[in-house]
Amino acid sequence: MAITSDVLVIGGGLAGVTAAVSAAREGADVRLISHKHSTMQQASGLIDALGYLPPTGDDAELTPTAGRTGAMDQRATPEGPLPEPFAAVDRLPEGHPYRLVGAEALRSGLALFDEMVDSYHGAHTDRNALVPTFGGSVKPTARYPASVAGGLASDGAPMLVVGFRSLAAFDARQVAGQLRETGVPFSVAGRELTLPAGLADDMTPTRVAHALDRDERLDGTPARAALAALIEPHLDAVKGGAARVGLPACLGDERVEAVCEELSDRLGARVFEIPMGPPSLPGLRLSDRLYESLDEAGVRYETGNPVVGVETDADGRVDAVLVDRKGTEIPYGADGIVLATGGLVGKGLDSDREGVREPVLGCHVPHPAERYEWYVDDVFGDQPYARFGVATDERLRPLDAAGGVQFPNVHVAGATLGGADVAREKSASGVSLATGVVAGRQAAKVAATGVVG
Amino acid sequence: MRGVDVTLVEKGNLTHGTTGRMHGLLHSGGRYAVADQASAKECVEENFILRDIASHCVEETGGLFVKRPEDDESYFQAKLQGCLDCDIPAEVLTGREARAREPYLADDIEKAITVPDGAVDPFRLCVANAAGALDHGATVMTHAEVTDILVEAGEVVGAEVRHGDGPRTSGRQPGSTDRIVADHVVNATGAWAGRVGAMAGVDVEVRPSKGVMTVMNTRQVDTVVNRCRPKGDADIVVPHETACILGTTDEEVDDPEDYPEHRWEVDLMIDTLAELVPILKKARTLRSFWGVRPLYEPPGTGTEDPTDITRDFFLLDHGDRDGLPGMTSIVGGKLTTYRMMAEQISDHVCGKLGVSAACRTAAEPLPGSHDIGRLHEMMDEFGLRSPVSRRSAQRLGSRTEEVLQTSGPNPVVCGCEGVTRAEVRDAIDDVGAELNAVRLRTRASMGTCQGGFCCHQIAAELAPDHSAATARTALDDLYQERWKGQRHALWGEQLSQAMLNHMLHATSMNRDADPARFDTEVSYDAFDPGRPTKETPVAADGGRPDGSEDRWR
Repeated sequence: MAITSDVLVIGGGLAGVTAAVSAAREGADVRLISHKHSTMQQASGLIDALGYLPPTGDDAELTPTAGRTGAMDQRATPEGPLPEPFAAVDRLPEGHPYRLVGAEALRSGLALFDEMVDSYHGAHTDRNALVPTFGGSVKPTARYPASVAGGLASDGAPMLVVGFRSLAAFDARQVAGQLRETGVPFSVAGRELTLPAGLADDMTPTRVAHALDRDERLDGTPARAALAALIEPHLDAVKGGAARVGLPACLGDERVEAVCEELSDRLGARVFEIPMGPPSLPGLRLSDRLYESLDEAGVRYETGNPVVGVETDADGRVDAVLVDRKGTEIPYGADGIVLATGGLVGKGLDSDREGVREPVLGCHVPHPAERYEWYVDDVFGDQPYARFGVATDERLRPLDAAGGVQFPNVHVAGATLGGADVAREKSASGVSLATGVVAGRQAAKVAATGVVG
Repeated sequence: MRGVDVTLVEKGNLTHGTTGRMHGLLHSGGRYAVADQASAKECVEENFILRDIASHCVEETGGLFVKRPEDDESYFQAKLQGCLDCDIPAEVLTGREARAREPYLADDIEKAITVPDGAVDPFRLCVANAAGALDHGATVMTHAEVTDILVEAGEVVGAEVRHGDGPRTSGRQPGSTDRIVADHVVNATGAWAGRVGAMAGVDVEVRPSKGVMTVMNTRQVDTVVNRCRPKGDADIVVPHETACILGTTDEEVDDPEDYPEHRWEVDLMIDTLAELVPILKKARTLRSFWGVRPLYEPPGTGTEDPTDITRDFFLLDHGDRDGLPGMTSIVGGKLTTYRMMAEQISDHVCGKLGVSAACRTAAEPLPGSHDIGRLHEMMDEFGLRSPVSRRSAQRLGSRTEEVLQTSGPNPVVCGCEGVTRAEVRDAIDDVGAELNAVRLRTRASMGTCQGGFCCHQIAAELAPDHSAATARTALDDLYQERWKGQRHALWGEQLSQAMLNHMLHATSMNRDADPARFDTEVSYDAFDPGRPTKETPVAADGGRPDGSEDRWR
């Protein structure tokens, strides 16, 4: 028995959710399917739009040699951090998703995000914010969780960075030292503390977050009070006394803002989170919030079942995809389809020694036939693999090897798209939002008008 | 150990040359049992000595020589006979028996010969030797490159070294030089022996030959698997720690430090060895690396194919050979026979110096090797979870207690390899801020993620003794080194891993464009100062302040 909807979104990450909500807001009946958990728990939870124009054009060499190391000192200086993301869009390489959909799509994407997620800051200005990273640098981003807002690097307030000895992710003393070297306009010091028994033994960020969320008693003291008491004696480590205190992003789950507020009150200094690597609490919180917005928009969604086949008509129009539900292949039919299955990380792109594929629909993925041209020697150079993905027209419809539209009713969004090195550009979330909005609207239009292309 | 005052100089960190770039096979001698029986006998003898004196560096995996249908039966018989001739314990298994031992062996493997091959950790072994030398009063200088051999009145009298930037050079400025005067100079520089010889004006005809090694993500086999055929590329799989290493090729190169690393070599490893272990074709490849064999043959031998050059070693007294007393080179050989080579060269030098003390290295355990029974107690004692503790104990041997006895939390720093802070800190205490040397001692960053999830955590352990700038450079060096080998494994899951690493390091940490690494000054004033504190309805410029139209509406 076929399951049908106006629009079918394949993929449950930021791009897929954005596309689904945007299509639903156009009045379409939308269904979203996602095979695995999204990769959001691996992301910092910051919403980057465009922070750098990285240097391009490193030569991909056919044959590495033992003597070549790709020394960093040869790298060109990137342009940035960019104070605002929109003006630089036109200077990105041709074929970049932003070049296809334009800066206005990025604005629309951010606006939709602001409506979906009210716990983030950044909508009050066009400017990027500079946020401390757990590597001790600062990075430009467009939207940030309220729990992160206290850490903005443009703020001159003296900062104490606190690390926990039982957490290997960073050393606060080193982070403070690194921040000083970026030239931040505030004084900063780092202190490494040992968490109270009960947390120190088997600390994971998630464990600490839950203890603080529930304000569990540790040795008889509520967790939040215990943490504040631990930090309090170190506020004077910064010249003039710390006006704000940065901690690894594990200050709570659902109630992180209440935890930050209570800790701030107890310490008389703003307590904020420094976004971390996986497992990322801010990423998980954002994922939860986005799924709530699917409910609010009336999008039906299901997770856990893979797409295993596709039914197309003679013109290449995708009538349905086949979803494997416990061994039975169920066709999911739709007029408009959004492909937002992620990139190399999210398994929306797959590869072997012979080549790179988009495994769900079989969209063409341009890439050098020679595997040794997929990379350059400098690990942070202009890596061709980082730009791998589906090429599309301006309406985000996938292009085949000859440059023609491969599936006229399919619109591609997010990391599945090629042409962007989102990591060096600091543009990953913005690309997902901008293309998600456009893909969602396009798919809704196909459904409403019956016209493809 | 024999009372001689010795200084060891090494241009890089320990194992910098070929030692650190081998497949980790502790030879039983089986490989050479047909064509090079002298080498085979030395191998089996040393194999059993190393199991005794360096038990914490050796894994007794055993080995198999397996025969496919197309492999020559008479060679199989010759291999078996050769093993017996060389006193290498060997038995024949049927194909079924071989598969019972190694289930991933191909269905058409007909039979196999068992031999006592093993896996050896060359890093740990080399460090244990250096530790032993230090215990006996030697001086070990790493990052001290020999720039000249001092010759006076027709005699070698020492060497000039230039100090680099690295551990164990404390007190000496990078770039400064030292003249080390010695009664005798030993040139044990392997593939570099020709270069050092040339500094003294003597010819040492080493023929460096490169070989590729491809690292798989897990142990597809627990026994060393060799192909039973005369010679050929891609004929061995060595289980090593948490990985398997596929090897190798044999191709002469001009320069031991700069030679091409070809795609075909990697493809050949996977495709050919999949004939023995088919799952390798689908398995995840982590990286590839190349090493350079220090092959040597006496002048005039003129062997064409490097595969045919003997694996035996040679002691060249330049006084006898070239009329230049005061220096001896030791060339050829292989890691398995390193101790025997060292014994012979030491005997030779002691003879020159009139030292009569006998060599004891065959009987005296290396530091960390004795008292292996304590290891399992250590697990409980330090309350570490297995398998982390088991692996820590394996790596540290009898030093486990000393290293893990730390105050404060001891979190796992490298999750793939289960390396804890205490081990990383112990290595940093030993080698300083050179994280590649820390890696070799601990295996941190050598697992599935190839450092993506842990390089920065290892660098974090440099605080507070090393500056933020030092830590950043050390991290860059380690991360770049990890990338170097991954370039040869960039497809499938490892390409996905590379992208994930890229996202973590460039997106989440902004390490690529960190303002601290570039000259440009950041205008912090130009960025968002934060939301106005008095909450007013947000002037959303998510709208269109410039009045431009949204063409997607």
